[in-house]
Amino acid sequence: MPFNPDGRQADMLIWIVFFALAAFSGLTYWLGRRKALASAGGSAAGLHSLPNYYGTYVALWVAVPAALLLFLSVSFGGRFEHALLVAKAPVAITGMSVEQKQLFYRDAEAMAEGKQASEVIYEGPVKAALTQKSLEAKGYRDKIRMGTFALMGVLALAGLLLTYPRINAKFWARNRVESWISNVLMICSIVAVVTTLGIILSLVWESARFFQTVSPGEFLLGTHWSPQIGMRDDQVGSSGGFGALPLFAGTFLVMLIAMLVAGPVGLFSAIYLAEYAGPTARAVCKPLLEVLAGVPTVVYGFFAALTVGPLFREGFNALGLMLINGQFHDLGLYLSQVQNQMALVAGAVMGIMLIPFVSSLSDDIINSVPQALRDGSYAMGATKSETVKNVVLPAALPGIAGAFLLAISRAVGETMIVTMAAGLQAKLTLNPLETVTTVTVQIVTLLTGDQEFDSPKTLSAFALGLTLFVVTLLLNIIALRIVQKYREQYD
Amino acid sequence: MTTYRPSLANSGNSMTSSILGHAHLSADKAGSTKIHADKVNVFYGEKQALFDVSLDISQKAVTSFIGPSGCGKSTFLRCINRMNDTIPICKVEGTIEIDGQDINTRSIDPVVLRARVGMVFQKPNPFPKSIYENVAYGPRIHGLATGKDELDAIVESSLRRAGLWDEVADRLLQPGTGLSGGQQQRLVIARAIAVGPEVILMDEPCSALDPIATAKIEELIDELREQFCIVIVTHSMAQAARVSQRTAFFHMGRLVESGPTDEIFTNPKDTRTQDYITGRFG
Repeated sequence: MPFNPDGRQADMLIWIVFFALAAFSGLTYWLGRRKALASAGGSAAGLHSLPNYYGTYVALWVAVPAALLLFLSVSFGGRFEHALLVAKAPVAITGMSVEQKQLFYRDAEAMAEGKQASEVIYEGPVKAALTQKSLEAKGYRDKIRMGTFALMGVLALAGLLLTYPRINAKFWARNRVESWISNVLMICSIVAVVTTLGIILSLVWESARFFQTVSPGEFLLGTHWSPQIGMRDDQVGSSGGFGALPLFAGTFLVMLIAMLVAGPVGLFSAIYLAEYAGPTARAVCKPLLEVLAGVPTVVYGFFAALTVGPLFREGFNALGLMLINGQFHDLGLYLSQVQNQMALVAGAVMGIMLIPFVSSLSDDIINSVPQALRDGSYAMGATKSETVKNVVLPAALPGIAGAFLLAISRAVGETMIVTMAAGLQAKLTLNPLETVTTVTVQIVTLLTGDQEFDSPKTLSAFALGLTLFVVTLLLNIIALRIVQKYREQYD
Repeated sequence: MTTYRPSLANSGNSMTSSILGHAHLSADKAGSTKIHADKVNVFYGEKQALFDVSLDISQKAVTSFIGPSGCGKSTFLRCINRMNDTIPICKVEGTIEIDGQDINTRSIDPVVLRARVGMVFQKPNPFPKSIYENVAYGPRIHGLATGKDELDAIVESSLRRAGLWDEVADRLLQPGTGLSGGQQQRLVIARAIAVGPEVILMDEPCSALDPIATAKIEELIDELREQFCIVIVTHSMAQAARVSQRTAFFHMGRLVESGPTDEIFTNPKDTRTQDYITGRFG
């Protein structure tokens, strides 16, 4: 769809109307306030609500409906105009293909705006039709715009006329404004929920289309992943390259390595910070860890690809060369040929990325264990580490488990590091020295560059996304449940 | 820590062995001094909380600390088992001796000291473990029991002496946090008894409890007096009068007056004590 309704109508006039509306509502604010004060004999003490509430009440009814109309007109007016324009096709273009017609209308609309049209040269009756259509487009647009402005004026006036007479000292203006506020807040939360639902539905919908060509069983359990074959139209259904098991295995392997790094380091640093560190060490370490959390993942990505990867490869290669011709000749041969990209590098760097995440969550949880429990343990003659091991950690365990699950769900969804450091080959292996690929990496490679939207190759990205979404959603739900349950324990 | 094996507290009379290596057999006599404090000053950062507190606390008796909020009575209590060490900004000066041994010298490990001087807090603080594990906690970390049977015996005798056994005998493996407030406080007392301490410090042990639970705890304190040196901080003067044999009155970080409870309540020497116990302030 090359048609872009936005940007065309967003010209000076709209801004002028918008500011006029704002000024007018400001005026009505003042009017409402004045009338309220006058009805109470000039003193705010006689009013039900503060004077400002009366003004706000009137101004809201004047400004908001008209502003909403303006927003709708700017957003959808262009589409409406286009629909009117193509309703009656001129005889001269009946022979054209769909693409040619689209181009024709786009040129007509561009002409109406006085903008540069495409390179296509129209001749004869087509040219006449184009000129005629461009005039038509201009007419539609002006009508839509004038209609919008007129209707806005009507709405603003109606708002004023309906609310202004109601203003008197006994009117509950404050409660009305309160309900406006609660409605605005509600609408915002609805927008968030509806958007999320929309994303989920589109994931499900496109995945369903994908599963028409590839069975879910084959997708989830198949071991052969080579979506590129599906590019050729004649092979679409028969390719059989959509077994995602290697991707799941790769994701799991990288996540496991990452958690092996982030889990102990993060947890122990949290214990140090919460229980052992003095105020000075805490003041230095906590912000440093938080800086680590602020490093963009792409930076970790090229750190993994350019620094850690070569370092590991050189280390393994050197070790391999030492082993060659010895007792472990085969192992040496294998190690000497290890590549830059391997699960170990991606996992280790991802683990480093997750350290501050694990440690700051665990730190909060350990800190929320009541001091009374520690005191109780110290008063029994327990040492610090006995107290941590026997009282603090057991009490904080569910919360720490929740923190780990959240970290896992981040590791599973992490994209940049694995794209750069793990590789692209879909291998079903648990060997950390092999190059593996993950679900996220495959989504990136499937969707970068020009794609045909209908091919199973592109659609498989939705299926992968859906799988990823379901897994991380489940992990998050479980983690939040655990954390909540843990919180209740001490309240 | 390695040489330390205190009495198992199964019998009330075997309290003579001292962790500090000083077997003061004479100190076991009722009425003689167990804890001796001399010129104790405590600072929280810049702020001084206690001023030159000197006090003798008797063996086998209940001593109560009374005084208005913020008068330093809890601070002084926490000096006796060095719980103030866990607060980084807190500094303690002066000497406190238990059985003639200074507890603030470098040669005393606070961890060992606290096994000898148990503590019960204002709010019941059972660990989020089973009732059994709560009581077994101290014996476990101090290695007091060599086997399961011995540990079971310690747990049972401690719970019995805290007057809780009959109520929890059939649910020892359920969480201690599920008990009622009064039961939790008695569980915490059982936990403290289980390590076989010589002194038990109680920091307003009944302030979070209802009158019936309070009566039970007071009854328990009276029974435990036979075996332990008990120090109790309380806001309730009626409670001090009911449970204690000796009373110390604190005011503005100073020890104003101390002596037998009857005397303090019937014939106080200081006007501030008189004002406080007659309810003129505090």
